[in-house]
Amino acid sequence: MTAVQERSPMPQEREANPAMDAPDRPIGYGRVQRKEDPRFVRGKGRYLDDIVLPGMLHGAILRSPMAHARIVSIDTTEALAHPKVHAVVTGKDLEGLNLAWAPTLSADVQAVLATDKVRFQGQEVAFVVAEDRYSARDALELIDVEYEDLPPVVDVRRALDADAPVIRDDLEGRTDNHIFDWEAGDAAETEVVFARADVVVSEEVVYPRVHPAPMETCGAIADYEPVEGRLTLYETSQAPHAHRTLFAMVAGIPEHKIRVVSPDIGGGFGNKVGIYPGYILAVVGSIVTGKPVKWVEDRSENLMSTSFARDYIMRGEVAATREGKILAVRTKVLADHGAFNATAQPTKYPAGFFSIFTGSYDLQAAHCSVTGVYTNKAPGGVAYACSFRVTEAVYLVERMVDVLAAELGMDPAELRLRNFIKPEQFPYKNKTGWEYDSGDYEPALRMAMEQIGYDELRREQAEKRGRGELMGIGVSFFTETVGAGPRKHMDIVGLGMADGAEVRVHPTGKAVVRLSVQTQGQGHETTFAQILAEELGIPPEDVDVVHGDTDQTPFGLGTYGSRSTPVSGGAVALAARKVKDKARLIAAAMLETRPEDLEWEKGRWSVKGDPSAGKTMAEIALGAHGTVELPEGVDGNLDAEVTYDPPNLTFPFGAYICVVDVDPGTGKVHVRRFVAVDDCGTRINPMIVEGQIHGGLADGVGMALMEFIGFDEQGNCLGGSFMDYLIPTAMEVPDWETGYTVTPSPHHPIGAKGIGESATVGSPPAVVNAVVDALAPFGIRHMDMPCTPARVWEAMQGRPTPPI
Amino acid sequence: MQVTMTVNGAEVTRDVEPRQLLVHFLRETLGLTGTHWGCDTSNCGTCVVLVDGLPVKSCTQLAAMTSGHEVRTVEGLAGGAGLDPVQQGFMAEHGLQCGFCTPGMMLTARALLDRDPDPDEATIREAISGQICRCTGYATIVRSVRWAAEHPAAAATDQEVTA
Amino acid sequence: MQVPAPFDYARATSVAEALELLERHGEEARLVAGGHSLLPMMKLRLARPDWVVDINDVAELRHITEEPGRLRVGALTRHAELLGSEVVGRLFPIVHDAERVIADPVVRNRGTIGGSLAQADPAEDLTTVCDVLRAEVVIAGRDGERVVAMPEFHRGPYETACAQDEIVTEVRFPVRAGQGSAYEKVERRVGDWAVAAAGAALVLDDGGAITEAAVGLTALGLEGLAVEAAAVLVGQRPDEALFAEAARLAAAASAPVEDGRGPVDYKRHLADELTRRVLRTAAARAGALTAVQGG
Repeated sequence: MTAVQERSPMPQEREANPAMDAPDRPIGYGRVQRKEDPRFVRGKGRYLDDIVLPGMLHGAILRSPMAHARIVSIDTTEALAHPKVHAVVTGKDLEGLNLAWAPTLSADVQAVLATDKVRFQGQEVAFVVAEDRYSARDALELIDVEYEDLPPVVDVRRALDADAPVIRDDLEGRTDNHIFDWEAGDAAETEVVFARADVVVSEEVVYPRVHPAPMETCGAIADYEPVEGRLTLYETSQAPHAHRTLFAMVAGIPEHKIRVVSPDIGGGFGNKVGIYPGYILAVVGSIVTGKPVKWVEDRSENLMSTSFARDYIMRGEVAATREGKILAVRTKVLADHGAFNATAQPTKYPAGFFSIFTGSYDLQAAHCSVTGVYTNKAPGGVAYACSFRVTEAVYLVERMVDVLAAELGMDPAELRLRNFIKPEQFPYKNKTGWEYDSGDYEPALRMAMEQIGYDELRREQAEKRGRGELMGIGVSFFTETVGAGPRKHMDIVGLGMADGAEVRVHPTGKAVVRLSVQTQGQGHETTFAQILAEELGIPPEDVDVVHGDTDQTPFGLGTYGSRSTPVSGGAVALAARKVKDKARLIAAAMLETRPEDLEWEKGRWSVKGDPSAGKTMAEIALGAHGTVELPEGVDGNLDAEVTYDPPNLTFPFGAYICVVDVDPGTGKVHVRRFVAVDDCGTRINPMIVEGQIHGGLADGVGMALMEFIGFDEQGNCLGGSFMDYLIPTAMEVPDWETGYTVTPSPHHPIGAKGIGESATVGSPPAVVNAVVDALAPFGIRHMDMPCTPARVWEAMQGRPTPPI
Repeated sequence: MQVTMTVNGAEVTRDVEPRQLLVHFLRETLGLTGTHWGCDTSNCGTCVVLVDGLPVKSCTQLAAMTSGHEVRTVEGLAGGAGLDPVQQGFMAEHGLQCGFCTPGMMLTARALLDRDPDPDEATIREAISGQICRCTGYATIVRSVRWAAEHPAAAATDQEVTA
Repeated sequence: MQVPAPFDYARATSVAEALELLERHGEEARLVAGGHSLLPMMKLRLARPDWVVDINDVAELRHITEEPGRLRVGALTRHAELLGSEVVGRLFPIVHDAERVIADPVVRNRGTIGGSLAQADPAEDLTTVCDVLRAEVVIAGRDGERVVAMPEFHRGPYETACAQDEIVTEVRFPVRAGQGSAYEKVERRVGDWAVAAAGAALVLDDGGAITEAAVGLTALGLEGLAVEAAAVLVGQRPDEALFAEAARLAAAASAPVEDGRGPVDYKRHLADELTRRVLRTAAARAGALTAVQGG
């Protein structure tokens, strides 16, 4: 393990930027500017709404104003009479095409357009196709829908009441709103440990509904060519290949006639994993009108209807000795899945990877049970950089460890240090069945404590408390599980969670890498070029990275759950190694020697003992495509293809410490400092890694302090615009301070673990723990997110309230 | 109705609906898709352009209201000498990830530097506080603007990046 | 994205022309200046005027003019211009306090003082500011100008004395020697509307006694000034106990409603807490001695 501490210096404090100034930029890993940036800084990115096809029409969706209502009638006459309207599609029309309902990613079905009744506010009811987007909007007002009100199920705690209205009466035999019960760990063993524990703490911990809300909303352009029956579908998709396969299944268009193109994506965070009714409607619109149809949702549509995140009510319990040895953790969860079970997670994991709630601690027992229910709210649940519900798991355990620390009167950092899984215990099998690949936790937490000046802050806090000032220090330590598969255990609608990569070295020694994963800002065009550069010695600028087009890339499941580097990164490295091995054979032929007499130095095979006799990759590439007599069985190219099936997930970890000041008069929380020490194994481009962390830290501050999708008693969404769904600005977040340790994954080809979601997972408990710590003088041990001024003030009055 | 305005130094005249929003005039009528939109309520700031030198949310201004005025978009940031220092700063300091908020952020940064060539961190944060970035957590945007402040004459192309 | 319903557009270059356009197009004409209240409503199709009359080119409405005993601010003066004005900050620091927390810096480049007052959103900040500064609003109509005091101008949420065929042209602030003023707002996030806010203006005599006082609240269900709170202040020397009593009275006068920004008791607490704070600051700015510090 190596450890480095960084204060994220302002440029004037830093040495000259090597990427700008040094002629010898790294050929491989290291800080290098992003290859995608030149187009973005010129405004030359090509996002979905930037695409204009000849003759393209525009779609708009009429949505339900009610959370639960029977559709009595839909009159589209007036809309159809609008001079610029080309088509109006209703659920009835879709029924005729057998498209009114579509399968979800969780073995349920979801209405594309409502036929019988609407089940959440914002649900799709009708689709208008018009000549321009303004006219399409105008025509929505001309559709007359008559609804008959039904009582909505809004309070998830009452969804399973015997007298609760049945939301999914479309499903045969349905008499309640229950979706699933799922458990992990050993309940009996856990009960035994709890029964003999000195100390048990228990708390209801709510992770409220939030939304990924990328700056670019979701959208699609469908272009159906009827003569050959080809569909080109431009989509804001994090998983173009999976989408293509699903479209083939849903729409009945053969898969080989579908091309999905995912252009530049303006942020995803899980919002662009699912297939939304709007995408299907764009396809229907194009088939019906014979022209390309663009549909792009507005912000309210995005917040009210597409994949929300979290919405877990968790009863957490921790058993411990009086000395502070944590023995067991258990939890019962009530999960609100909305009106359709459309969560995006591996089939066998209806609660995602929530069973990693055992955290970073060496436990004797653990158990969780999760009950999923329907409510009259938008469907979704797995999104917003959650690593398949690791966010909820980490928040629960890290909040509960602080509750235990308060009960024991022990410093929360000290309590964590005492209970960490020890380095020699790795690979560590936890009590719910995960095998943690590698970890060295204590140095990371110690580094964070040193960097922030933990002891000094505690002294300052004590002094301030004496003066009635409210200052809080929040610690969190997380272990993530990312990079799904392995495919034998993990699939989404039957598609194994593996990813492909193709490497082709051109005759001049330049290369192209084709990926099945899709960047949404993570910098794949740079990172994957660097992986190839590291393996083959071809400078990153000589490597073109192609992604986001199913016609040009190999199959794979896409980018979410921090999978790109762990899965596709593995694929690229292994494909590169195939190329390197082949290059050795070709080089040997060129040098008229035996392959085993050659040795590799980055970018070149040379004769052992005679480094001057060698061939560079460029020379070998030309040889491969030239006239060199190739050994038997060696094709005349320098290409390779790998589909990487990860043997296990990877387990990044980190130690976060947050300092807040709370205004005792207003309850307003100010985040003063935030130190994040992360370990994601091998760091390919430290600049990009740090950027990923920064973004996630801001997410954490957002969720902890302000982000919240609430509903009133009628099921009206209260977070349906950016006026109400608040996202932090530059004023609410501090200048992040970062550090890192490096504990490579032992099973991964390059030792990388994935960093895309670590900070989103790890930071909310640090912020909330800091707020609760600040409120300790009021006897507060727990308050739920979001810690808005009003909610903090209520907690100070001794009545912290759950947000739902 | 007819509108005439100067966009990135060139005068343009077009027939538009009176209700057309400036953001759509730029993106759809002129094809300048570097200006984005991200909300409908003038909260997110991805649509920021400079009108008469000041940052303005182009989703909450009519094209008609802009007639007779001067508009600068991200496509007009780079000059004859190459990229604006702000554009270079964003590349040098990783001030962007998905790139969607970036044009608006850079234009606000340019307007800030034009009136305050040496802004401190707090000033920069305040200046961009009407614009949301979902990727970067803002610290690298702040550093990017500082980079531009410290390299006011940096008029290189981005050859360092692509060469 | 959301877009407005169709309408016709006209641009005025003088007050007279704007009035003429309003008269010609009648009830269904709306003025647009900054546009940050009207256009979002139009996009939601909650407002659908047939005519939009653009007054951004009415140069006579855009000025900040210092005169003996008063400051005149043209209705088209942008928030950013108020915030950037040295004379405004010197005479009325409360305006700068408020302008720093109105919307965000980009919106402030467009939004205007006249638009804010005329829109009369209950969470809008400048109404309170103008209340406590005892400002007057100039309204132009077909029959000429009239000058109305704030209590007459602001009739309640979204309702003012400015009729459909009239225009707010100017806001006049009386300058008082020995005045200090302040504004403070609690918001959930920068750019959000107020959870609650309070503003105060105090005039101290040479002896340090309060001769005039005004306290106003924003988003707290109080129309006009907190009269009783002001009454206890006048004639007294500023100190914490006095401010506490005034704050208690201001909170008692408030009538907040629960919403996503907070419950009633919290907002009433803020009426008290923020009133104390602005009184402290206003007194200090008026030149009060250290008696007001602390607490």
